[in-house]
Amino acid sequence: MKTSVFLKNTCETCTLVGPLVEKYVETDALEIYFQGDSFFSSNVPVIQDLDLAFSWKAAISIVPTLIRTDDLGSEIERVEGWDADKWAELLSIRVPDDFPKFKPGCASDTLAPGMEQKLAALFDKSILKSREISISSDEDGIEACYDRSWSDGLPVVPPTKERVLKMLSGTDRDPSEVLGRVPPNLVECTVEKVAVNAVLAGCLPEYMRVVVASVEAALEDEFCMHGLLATTYFSGPLIIVNGPVVQEIGMNAHGNALGQGNRANATIGRALQLVIRNIGGGKPQGVDRAAFGTPGKLGFCFAEDEAGSCWESLAEEKGFGSNESTVTLFAADGVQAIVDQKSRDPESLARTFASALKSVGHPKLALASDAILVISPEHERVFRLAGWSKVDLKASLNKLLFMPGKELVEGAGGIAEGLPAKFRTRSVPKFRDGGLMIVRAGGKAGMFSAIIPGWGASGKLGSVPVTRKIL
Amino acid sequence: MKKFIDPTGELEASERFPLPRLESLKSKTVGLLDISKPKGNIFLDSLETKLRESNVLVRRFSKPTFTRVAPISLKDEITRTCDAVIEALAD
Repeated sequence: MKTSVFLKNTCETCTLVGPLVEKYVETDALEIYFQGDSFFSSNVPVIQDLDLAFSWKAAISIVPTLIRTDDLGSEIERVEGWDADKWAELLSIRVPDDFPKFKPGCASDTLAPGMEQKLAALFDKSILKSREISISSDEDGIEACYDRSWSDGLPVVPPTKERVLKMLSGTDRDPSEVLGRVPPNLVECTVEKVAVNAVLAGCLPEYMRVVVASVEAALEDEFCMHGLLATTYFSGPLIIVNGPVVQEIGMNAHGNALGQGNRANATIGRALQLVIRNIGGGKPQGVDRAAFGTPGKLGFCFAEDEAGSCWESLAEEKGFGSNESTVTLFAADGVQAIVDQKSRDPESLARTFASALKSVGHPKLALASDAILVISPEHERVFRLAGWSKVDLKASLNKLLFMPGKELVEGAGGIAEGLPAKFRTRSVPKFRDGGLMIVRAGGKAGMFSAIIPGWGASGKLGSVPVTRKIL
Repeated sequence: MKKFIDPTGELEASERFPLPRLESLKSKTVGLLDISKPKGNIFLDSLETKLRESNVLVRRFSKPTFTRVAPISLKDEITRTCDAVIEALAD
């Protein structure tokens, strides 16, 4: 049987119990651990827990803590803070009458901000399986990451063990869980490896569950991440986030939603791209054969403005509840602007949308790219005031986007590009069934909307948008 | 000394070397792989004609779609039956 007590000198409750502990030491064996300097005289033997190793291993969260263990070292009883009866029982002492019955303790130094990860990094050798890369202390950490080709061109946050452990605290998933194989090298992707890349990207731990869901969605076969990476086309993965998580992690669905300035929007998409780059080995000038690419390939992620919209959300259209958080992955190009500051009736505005949507890829191509129409609050207002649902708008657009094949075939209009001649006598829809999606986002002012065109190989033979619940 | 956690798949070889090149196509079988991009067949038809004129054995293959990696069975078949392969990559 052994008794241990954990104290620190800045804690009032520890100061209170000090004389009792000192007296007990005189009569029986007691191990005294001090976080920092001891307040006892030098003849009282204490173990100074300067690096908090003992406190961390004993999982101390409060001081004082009294622990009784059996001869095999198994804990029998633990008392946190001051409890007169329990201390008297455990130490077999008489507590002076002027002592309070109870007094709460103070937080252990092991709970200081960032300390949990620091201590785990120092003392827990079993959590992380990735190899450690030694960097000279003279070497700049950010430059070291560039030198090892871990960056997308912008500076990355150096992935120290402490940061990776902190990132993993943002998910309940086991660090060793395999999420799938990342193209092009088809390397097994663990939650831990995702966390390392989320650190590089600048994510906060609370973004981890969104990043993990995005990686899982990107690795679904129907999303065709390998082809999307390898294509000469512009596209890269776009993440649209729906549900309560948008508020929880402070994503931007309003002004400049598709632009810069919000950490979650900027880093979640970047983390996915760094997973493809670093785990899968997919890099520009390597398997990424994009002729141009698009700025969104640094990372493209935004949230739908569900609270401000009168329409059902993208996630609800896909069968999820409004209380569920989801990511939808889309193989996206850059943003194409739509200006209409004059339409005040839905028919006119729908015709504007349709005429702009016809230019996706090429005005004479059809059934190739999917597209997302991002409608601003001021444009949505036009439909809301007229009582048009999203279903009404989609039906109108689908009708307007049927085009006469004779105008689309190769050579028509003096343009060699176009559909094969067999389409000459048919009416052809611009988009495959389900290939046009509508979401609401953007700032309050501005009668603009946006098209996010999709990869030229959309649909079953290429990429199909994938929606996945965030766990 | 600082230590970083490796963000990579930890599987990439530090160097990769191409297989030895063929000295000659004599008595060799050349696979022609159409990845199903427009006009790839025109290019491969022309190559096939030229190879056959030189008495090279030719086998034709095609991927179901250019957007995805070739099925393992197709890669196996090409590996088993050909000494070299020419792929029509783009339209």
